[in-house]
Amino acid sequence: MSVVATTEPEITRVERPPARRPRRRWTRFILPVYSAIVLFYLVLPILVMILYGFNNSGFKRVSFRWLGFTTEWYRKLFAIPDLTNSLKNSLVVATVSTLIATALGTMIALALVRYRFRGKSTSEFVMFLNIAAPEIVLGASLLSLFVTFGVPRGLPTIIIAHVMFNIAFVAITVRARLAGFDREVEEAAQDLGATPWVTFWRVTFPIIFPGILAGGLLAFALSIDDFIITNFVAGATQTFPLWVYGTVKVGIPPQVFVMGTLIFTVGVIIALVNVATQRRKAPRAE
Amino acid sequence: MEQRVGAGVQLVDRRKTRLRRRLSPYLLIGPGGLWLLVFFLIPLFFMASVSLQTGNLFEGFRFTWHFANFSDAITQYHVQFLRSLIYGSIATVATLIVSYPLAYWIAFHGGRHKTTYLLLMLLPFFVSFVIRTLAWQFILSDQGIVLGTLKSWHLLPQNFHVLATSTAVIAGIAYNFLPFMALPVYVALERIDRSVLEAAKDLYASNVKVFTKVTLPLSVPGVFAGVLLTFVPATGDYLNAQILGGTNTTMIGNIIQLKFLQDFDYPTAAALSFILMAALVIGIVIYARVLGTRQIEEYV
Repeated sequence: MSVVATTEPEITRVERPPARRPRRRWTRFILPVYSAIVLFYLVLPILVMILYGFNNSGFKRVSFRWLGFTTEWYRKLFAIPDLTNSLKNSLVVATVSTLIATALGTMIALALVRYRFRGKSTSEFVMFLNIAAPEIVLGASLLSLFVTFGVPRGLPTIIIAHVMFNIAFVAITVRARLAGFDREVEEAAQDLGATPWVTFWRVTFPIIFPGILAGGLLAFALSIDDFIITNFVAGATQTFPLWVYGTVKVGIPPQVFVMGTLIFTVGVIIALVNVATQRRKAPRAE
Repeated sequence: MEQRVGAGVQLVDRRKTRLRRRLSPYLLIGPGGLWLLVFFLIPLFFMASVSLQTGNLFEGFRFTWHFANFSDAITQYHVQFLRSLIYGSIATVATLIVSYPLAYWIAFHGGRHKTTYLLLMLLPFFVSFVIRTLAWQFILSDQGIVLGTLKSWHLLPQNFHVLATSTAVIAGIAYNFLPFMALPVYVALERIDRSVLEAAKDLYASNVKVFTKVTLPLSVPGVFAGVLLTFVPATGDYLNAQILGGTNTTMIGNIIQLKFLQDFDYPTAAALSFILMAALVIGIVIYARVLGTRQIEEYV
């Protein structure tokens, strides 16, 4: 009762405009304007990327100068075999490494959430270290291993590296989604005679699938974009970021910006769909 | 009687499940753990071993406990080491200063469009790291859209450059890792219980006091997580220095990359990586001990 009594006068106090307000009027624009500037700064390079994909530079290298609008580079998107090939490699690496890392990471997440066991805190610390360690050290140490055993570098070593840096990210993402999982549903399934295997695929998996999907998407995004670690373990094999990096010295073909724009568009669409589906699900959860 | 038999069956069942419960965490964690052991932890030992070798690519390398690799590496490249730490620190502070007000504004004044603003904040992550950096090269280039225009309007002298200076490198690093800072800070601010702020106001705290005494202290875990997530990749980065920098902005990452991939001087490269790792990992472990790994992981 006393709580109600004390809060009520406060509400009326809030509704009354504070005396100091007129003096501070212009200052309340500082924060929104500052935020808008920062957001513009964050988006600026993306606008530049999209813009230069349309720059009519007239020759095969993007020029720093703006020379008019063209859609030529969109039509000639696959005109550079090396670029197309590197993109293919990136997609193969991202797909394979995502599948492996998502499976292994999900298993780790299940173990960490559901069981108490010896070595649990050690595994958690190793994963933390894996995420916190500088990428250049991960790349350099993995290359040291490959060099020591004379392992030839190529697609398999890139995939090994990508799985290595993705497992922990997937495990943490899935673990976060597993936290609110109601285990009684599983027990109910087992009481009704379902084997653990059937219980997992028919009950557990569908419930935790959004978490696995989020982990998988994160892994795919990290894999397709990775430059620093890949550069160490790729050998002569080119992925998209490596190929783009290689063209910096000799001149960047405009198709690079077109490809970047297309990847960006796909990523944003996936993110928007994800947000939209979560919004649609939200009322049902309540 | 029937009840007792039932209890016996249950007991056997329970024993079976108990064994399964004891084994299953190891079966679940096994494959992923093995992968991390073989391709993350063991390579660190091999890096240490390579760093103590002597030889060259053609005659082969031999393990000789050659500690001089370390002292040579430090005497030769301490400038780049120091530069990396300085660039990393300045860039981290810059991201904090730039992103804190933005995160604050989205968390407290984002209103209905909060998700949209968050997406805008994270938009750079949808563009490849290399292309993002290239775009900055275009923006900052002497004839590019910004400097070129300003020069043609005679607002800047013709010999004004940004590219190949430390400013360009630090700005590039700060840009590329800004979301790593902004996101954990945002999460920490978003978590603050609004009624606590109300309570402070009810107790006649001024807006400034509410911020300094309540909001800021409560957002500190997010800031700490952001500092870790930004400083480590910023210090180890070499792409920004490569694309936006010049000969006077070489960072330790550039040297490691060069020694490993072009000079094939594996021992020196491994020694340099080992020093960098030791410096950063010791820092990370102290940081994690103080804060708890879970607290940092929550913001990843």
